[in-house]
Amino acid sequence: MNDRHLIVLNVNGEDHEALVEPRKTLLDVLRHDLGLTGAHAGCEHGVCGACTVLVDGEPVRACLVFAVQAEAADIRTVESLGRDGELSDLQEAFREHHGLQCGFCTPGFLMLAEGFLAQQPDAGREEIREALSANLCRCTGYQTIVDAVAATAARRLDTERETAP
Amino acid sequence: MSDAAPQFDGRGGRWVGASVPRREDPRLLTGRGRFVDDIQLPGTLHASFVRSTVAHARITGIDLSATLAVDGVVAAYTAADLDLGDIVALLDRPPEEFAPTAMPILAREKVRFVGEPVALVVARDPYLAEDGAELAVVDYEPLPAIVSEETALAENAPLVHEEAPGNVLLDVSMFDTPGVDEAFADASGCVVEVVTRSGRQNALPLETRGVIASWDDHDDQLLVQMCTQVPHQVRTALARSLRVPERTVRVTVPDMGGGFGQKCVVGREEIAVAAAARRLNRPVKWIEDRREALTAGFLAREQRYRTRAAFDADGRITALDVDIVCDMGAYSCYPFTAGIEPLMASAEMPSVYQVPAYRVRARAITSNKAPTAPYRGVSRPQYVMAIERVMERAARELGVDPLDIRRRNLITRFPYTGVNGITYDPGTYRESLDLAEATLRDEGWYELRDSAAAEGRHIGIGFCCFSERTGYGSEAFAKRKMTVVPGFDISEIRMDTTGSVVVTSGTVNHGQSHETTLAQIVADRLGLHVDQVKLRQGDTERIAYGWGTFASRSVTIGGSAVALAATRLGELLCRIAAHLLDTSPDNVRLDGDGGVVQIDDPGRRASFEEIADVAYLRSHLLPKDVEPTLTATASFDVPGDGTFSNATHAVVVEADPGTGGVTILRYACVEDCGVVIHPKVVDGQCRGGIAQGIAGALFEEVTYADNGEPSAASFIDYLVPTATEIPDITVSHLETPCAFTENGAKGAGEGGTIGAPAAVLNAINDALRHTGVELDTTPVHPQTVLAALDAAADREMSVPS
Repeated sequence: MNDRHLIVLNVNGEDHEALVEPRKTLLDVLRHDLGLTGAHAGCEHGVCGACTVLVDGEPVRACLVFAVQAEAADIRTVESLGRDGELSDLQEAFREHHGLQCGFCTPGFLMLAEGFLAQQPDAGREEIREALSANLCRCTGYQTIVDAVAATAARRLDTERETAP
Repeated sequence: MSDAAPQFDGRGGRWVGASVPRREDPRLLTGRGRFVDDIQLPGTLHASFVRSTVAHARITGIDLSATLAVDGVVAAYTAADLDLGDIVALLDRPPEEFAPTAMPILAREKVRFVGEPVALVVARDPYLAEDGAELAVVDYEPLPAIVSEETALAENAPLVHEEAPGNVLLDVSMFDTPGVDEAFADASGCVVEVVTRSGRQNALPLETRGVIASWDDHDDQLLVQMCTQVPHQVRTALARSLRVPERTVRVTVPDMGGGFGQKCVVGREEIAVAAAARRLNRPVKWIEDRREALTAGFLAREQRYRTRAAFDADGRITALDVDIVCDMGAYSCYPFTAGIEPLMASAEMPSVYQVPAYRVRARAITSNKAPTAPYRGVSRPQYVMAIERVMERAARELGVDPLDIRRRNLITRFPYTGVNGITYDPGTYRESLDLAEATLRDEGWYELRDSAAAEGRHIGIGFCCFSERTGYGSEAFAKRKMTVVPGFDISEIRMDTTGSVVVTSGTVNHGQSHETTLAQIVADRLGLHVDQVKLRQGDTERIAYGWGTFASRSVTIGGSAVALAATRLGELLCRIAAHLLDTSPDNVRLDGDGGVVQIDDPGRRASFEEIADVAYLRSHLLPKDVEPTLTATASFDVPGDGTFSNATHAVVVEADPGTGGVTILRYACVEDCGVVIHPKVVDGQCRGGIAQGIAGALFEEVTYADNGEPSAASFIDYLVPTATEIPDITVSHLETPCAFTENGAKGAGEGGTIGAPAAVLNAINDALRHTGVELDTTPVHPQTVLAALDAAADREMSVPS
């Protein structure tokens, strides 16, 4: 159990090496070995979703995946959102709608929403609410998170329509 | 700033009242927030606790040899090894009222609840620490477990603490005014008796507790970076437990993932970890896991009220006679003590109603369950539920509309001094009710409710009127007779050579947006852009003392201290500017744009930057009696009884008689927290609080088996509502500026949690009004509804027609 394995994880487009026990979760490796502390441990049993990251585009609970299982996958964390110090449209929407208070669950919600909107860009408000029910927030009462994601979906659809040939 | 252009608010400010973008957001949105577990120090060791598997037992042996044999385990400690002072929270009350008890840092001789820490294991990594903790062998000689009010108060019940006879920690009869018995004897309307109960709940911050402690030789200090709402209180308790001078302990708080009261008391785990770090001279980190947080974290809310009320024929309450029992669990929390809930409830039970005669007895009992701490609202969700159920019951008995009976009893003239001796400052008790009712009427919910009934659907409307005392200053807390009395706050403001300022506050942000709201207050006072104000908080080294963030005190008390300090700095800037402009101090004023202007010649001005440059870099130009330091300090305390925010909550629910499930169709909150500093933040506090109140009304509960095993050890068993259970909530604001605070604000942190349980419960009872069901216990689980409907049907069947 304590044997260590040298693995390579592709996170946010970069390869990272880590020497890990097979029992070490992807979450712990991201946070403690790679220093990507955006994903948070809220329950470590796959319910709260604070650790949500994208694995091959799917929102996944990093606390339920062993790091050794994630080799060869494309992993994206909250640190990949936004560019050159600017917030992404989704992050801006969270800010605009007061979709966060303490901010602990926020990276998980951002990655959940990012993955969900990629799959269902035309989701309506109730579908968005349903999808967001995968994660727990203790501060906001959820409404403003739903608002932020719905606003992002609407803006992205508008942009798509405008840029369509 | 473009999307939230600051507006002048008519009160002389321009930032206060505007929903400016939150200054804490960029880092939190990009994953660059710094929470305790994000802090990595070289050479850090990791802690795991060996926890009791039984509720009540004598410890007859602890064998840590297998633990210590684990490769990577560095140390393992029992209570005897650490030899720390206990945590003792005291009230200055006579022995017949209060039994002092102690909470050891690690259990000694006895364990008193499942999850109680018995030993501490320190290892190279957290996995190995858990491996080690699992291998510890603790021998127990089980004792009978006290798990209910009945078992605790039974004659000859086994004692949780030898020091607390009858398992009673506090037994107070704070009020027994003349005329109670007469009012009941003469009640011309009705006498009602309602027994309300609320389940044991977990405040459940999403970030669990955590600490990283390290000894810093350079500063000759133990640096304790941890997740707490009250760093100074932790420093005091830690220094006393370690028996060291307070200067050798520094407590800092990084970003914090919620607290809701659970983190406003001093926990034993953090002290044990700090002690281990000192002994090992290595950083030691402990991050509570969710199982620990659910079973061994501080809980709250388990209370029972037997409320009798007499009403006259006009539906006016003439007397209130209340018996309260709060199950505080195994230990009394520091510094509030086990009196926190019963004392709050006793003092404030009459709520927003004019009660002429009042008698109350309140007890805190101890049991073999996880200890309790304050939780958002502290007792107010419970006593408000009790009195609101009384109003509903009396309305039904008297055949009066439930809102009319409230209107007949509401306090309407202010200031009003109640039978409880508390003076309520002006609020909108009546107006908030009127607006809440009008909202639902205008939207057609009453028609829907009535037409749905004809179709056999169970739709109900429920209200809750309440006030919440906020801005508890030291005078208000002193009435509790705690030997540690919170209340004031200190703020220091410092201007640098570029004219921007750093404000230090004793508050601790954990979601309340202090970095934005306190900066707004300062920006207005000095006439600065909000971006030129940086708030620092949560560090015992930065300010002499602070009481942290709880009891909705940060904007009321902390915000007032900040405002006062800014005002003083402004006066100093004016003095220097007058000297530089060669005019009298009476002839200058802050110009609202980062400078000081000469009143009789507005063309002459000195910018803050110019003043600051002189103050620090060319101090020979200062007036002779001004020291070269652009700092100001102020402390603030709310006098008297504090201030009262108020609200009415109105909710529409549908109960499904097939599944017992309750769905919320509409939730409207009308609240008055005085001057609103940041509308979006206040709305967010209301909605978040309401979500937690709904959680208590419908979902969350920690129950215990007869042997003291807790039912909820994971989120599978502890049902936290998600986005699909919490409805959209409208929040309307009335604004009664507060005369007791510097900024006119009252607290806004807890109201949502206070109002929701009663409103939801009343709505459920309204939905089931045709079935004969009346529920007075929360949470209302689906099975509760089904069982009540079955029982009501059985009663119906057994009644001869």
